[in-house]
Amino acid sequence: MTDMTEQQVREEVRAFLKANWDPNLSLVAWRNILVDSGWGAPHYPKEWLGKGLPAAMSLVVDEEIREFGAVGAAKMGIRTLAGATILAHGSDLHKQTYLRGILTGQETWCQLFSEPGSGSDLAGAATRADFKDGKWIINGQKVWTTSAHHADFGLLLARTDWDAVKHKGLTYFIIDMRQPGIDVNQLKQMNGHASFNQVFITDAVIEEDMRVSELGEGWKVATTTLMHERRGADGARRYDAKIERPEQLYQEYNEEIDHQLAPYIWYPQRTGRVDLLIEHAKAEGRYEEPAIRQEIAKVLSMAKAAEWTARRAHAAQNLGKPPGPEGSIGKLAASHVARAANRVHTMIAGANAMLTGSDSWMDGTIAEILVSTPAISIAGGTDEIQRNIISERVLKMPKEMRTDTDRPFREVPRNQVG
Amino acid sequence: MQFSFSAEQEEFRSVIRRFLEAKSPTADVRKLMEGEVGYDPAVWKSLSNDLGLTALHIPEEYGGAGFGVTELAIATEEMGRALLCAPFFASSVMAATAIVHAASDEQKAALLPDIASGETIATLAVAEPNGGWDAGSIKMSATTAGDVYRLHGTKSYVLDGMTAGLIVLAARLANGHLGLFSVADTSDGVKRTPLKSMDPTRRLARIDFDNTPAMLLGSADGGEAAYAKTFNTMVACLACEMAGGAERLREDSLEYVNMRVQFGRNIASFQVTKHKAADMLLDVEMAKSAAYAAAAALDDGDADASAVVSLAKASVSETYIQTAIHAVQMHGGIGFTYDNDTQMWFKRAKASEVFLGDANWHRERMLQNWSA
Ligand SMILES: Cc1cc2nc3c(=O)[nH]c(=O)nc-3n(C[C@H](O)[C@H](O)[C@H](O)COP(=O)(O)OP(=O)(O)OC[C@H]3O[C@@H](n4cnc5c(N)ncnc54)[C@H](O)[C@@H]3O)c2cc1C
Repeated sequence: MTDMTEQQVREEVRAFLKANWDPNLSLVAWRNILVDSGWGAPHYPKEWLGKGLPAAMSLVVDEEIREFGAVGAAKMGIRTLAGATILAHGSDLHKQTYLRGILTGQETWCQLFSEPGSGSDLAGAATRADFKDGKWIINGQKVWTTSAHHADFGLLLARTDWDAVKHKGLTYFIIDMRQPGIDVNQLKQMNGHASFNQVFITDAVIEEDMRVSELGEGWKVATTTLMHERRGADGARRYDAKIERPEQLYQEYNEEIDHQLAPYIWYPQRTGRVDLLIEHAKAEGRYEEPAIRQEIAKVLSMAKAAEWTARRAHAAQNLGKPPGPEGSIGKLAASHVARAANRVHTMIAGANAMLTGSDSWMDGTIAEILVSTPAISIAGGTDEIQRNIISERVLKMPKEMRTDTDRPFREVPRNQVG
Repeated sequence: MQFSFSAEQEEFRSVIRRFLEAKSPTADVRKLMEGEVGYDPAVWKSLSNDLGLTALHIPEEYGGAGFGVTELAIATEEMGRALLCAPFFASSVMAATAIVHAASDEQKAALLPDIASGETIATLAVAEPNGGWDAGSIKMSATTAGDVYRLHGTKSYVLDGMTAGLIVLAARLANGHLGLFSVADTSDGVKRTPLKSMDPTRRLARIDFDNTPAMLLGSADGGEAAYAKTFNTMVACLACEMAGGAERLREDSLEYVNMRVQFGRNIASFQVTKHKAADMLLDVEMAKSAAYAAAAALDDGDADASAVVSLAKASVSETYIQTAIHAVQMHGGIGFTYDNDTQMWFKRAKASEVFLGDANWHRERMLQNWSA
């Protein structure tokens, strides 16, 4: 199966859709059929709902599904990171329990990594997990947790050993978000959306079998999640868009976009919307201006080069390499593209760049780009952290001298902001 | 050109800074930007009456203090720093300047004292839906019947257009010249519509004029020259306002990285943070130099003042938004929140990129006026 050609994959998907696609099914019923066929997550292993195809091939499958006018498995948000992490490190119980709900969209996930005192320095997490009477009791605070207000489950990084060095005292868990000890507070962003949250955790409970990593080995598992996140932020990323058709399945799909996916509604805008530059320039009547054309061409070139770089990384994965620190290159490129596109949209908009909401072109889309791109160089690890990873892990340059990794975590200086 | 401020000017700056720190703290800016009116009449009153800022550059014979552009620019720099929500830029920097340059003595005597005292809030409406601030972009027409002029058309992006009681505007006369006019907000055929401003600390409106009676300021052939001078003052003051905002962002970011700890150490101790902070200082100092040079060139009556002013607008606007981008980045996740103040300056920087013409347009204007 792994040696299927792209052409064979496309043909098989089309044949499957022809035989099975039915927009009069419910969304979940359809996705269950899709998942059972293996085409919902073809990059998952055969024994776990997939076809064992390389990750890049799943983009091809998605493309076919889209072109057919059908709806694919649920993909947006932390669910894909949860799936990838569980496949790589989870137990059979975790796979059994969660993979299907991740793909059908029935269950929503969030990533409880960042804390007020640890963002870039994720390994500095100070949320505690204490083992009492056969269960884990969790206390602490997480922040910037996207989608926590919708989430059923969370990927949790918590400290189980305060005497070990920083990276050795963390353990990785799956936490049930629908329990009394969890308090979620939405935080408003500079672009007016409130997709991330403060999460206060007080005596929340996790069963021992929901521990994903070995004790003290949580950092390793977190790194898997982060690498998938960074790779997902590169130039090859696509976003779900509504499909305006009458059948029930489309209605449910659109509803999913409106509600569950609401936290991500502005995500396309944070990329800078390179795809809109030409259309925007034409709408403003400025597409013939040489200075504008030069700037648009520059951003388009940068975006294309970034996309091709991402595709090269995917192609390398096709040959069986897991996502490595190269994902940081794609993420960094995406930041550059977003900033450049913001600048050029501003230039094109002229005086209209002062307006927002329905007074801004495309019902506020342009305005939203202008105040959303700063997120991309922060979320999922800042540009500076990506550069550290590239220089130290890809280029193997000497590591920064560290003073926080040679002593028990409880002795490391910390602070709290936020 | 002077490369330093006088002791009096420094003192003047610190008086304004103290005033704004007391009267326009960020918490108040937030309340005002989310509120209906967009400014605090009590602060406006005290800014006019106690500090006399609304009288600053208005000639003494019309109730003003007779200072130059440099002093006006010091005031706007401080206001940009504090992100003051007030119609100062519209009323004093734009409208009063236009009246000073365009109107007859008699008209000045009628209009300026109330602006100088802060009693009247005025604005200057130039740009139209095409969004241009140069004289050539002004298409709105003024017709005459006897000595009464009537205006027909639409002005857009009018700063404080909803609050201004007196509207000064530029329109095209039958003879092809530009005319500057004054219109009372109570005049017939004036329809105002608020625009949704991305920067809520700086409100904009669209104003439609339908056969609206208006008074021509000055002569029927002096509008171009008056507007050119007015525009230069506006742009120089905006450059200083932006420089003030950029400096504030730079300082706040530095303060933040100095207290934030990650990896067991201060993030300010990472060399990359230091280099960024150093570059930001370089950028902001260069921006200030350009902005100050623009104000000085106007006060000195330099022949290439238009070039210097446009140079300042283009480069300071780019520094302002770049500084804002760095500022958000240096704050990390919290910098992207609505509750962190950085976003307020970010939006002002974004809007200022294009207000009164964007950097490309100003660079072209700079070269067209370059005489060196
Ligand atoms: C839109 C959005 C969504 C997010 N969603 C999630 C989520 O779902 N789950 C989650 O866990 N987190 C989430 N985050 C948090 C995000 O991962 C963190 O904000 C980010 O990692 C930075 O951490 P911080 O905010 O603590 O900033 P800090 O780490 O305090 O960084 C402040 C500044 O210091 C710099 N800096 C820090 N360390 C170094 C260094 N060693 N060298 C050089 N410079 C350095 C940073 O680059 C940054 O410029 C989200 C953030 C955003 C903006």
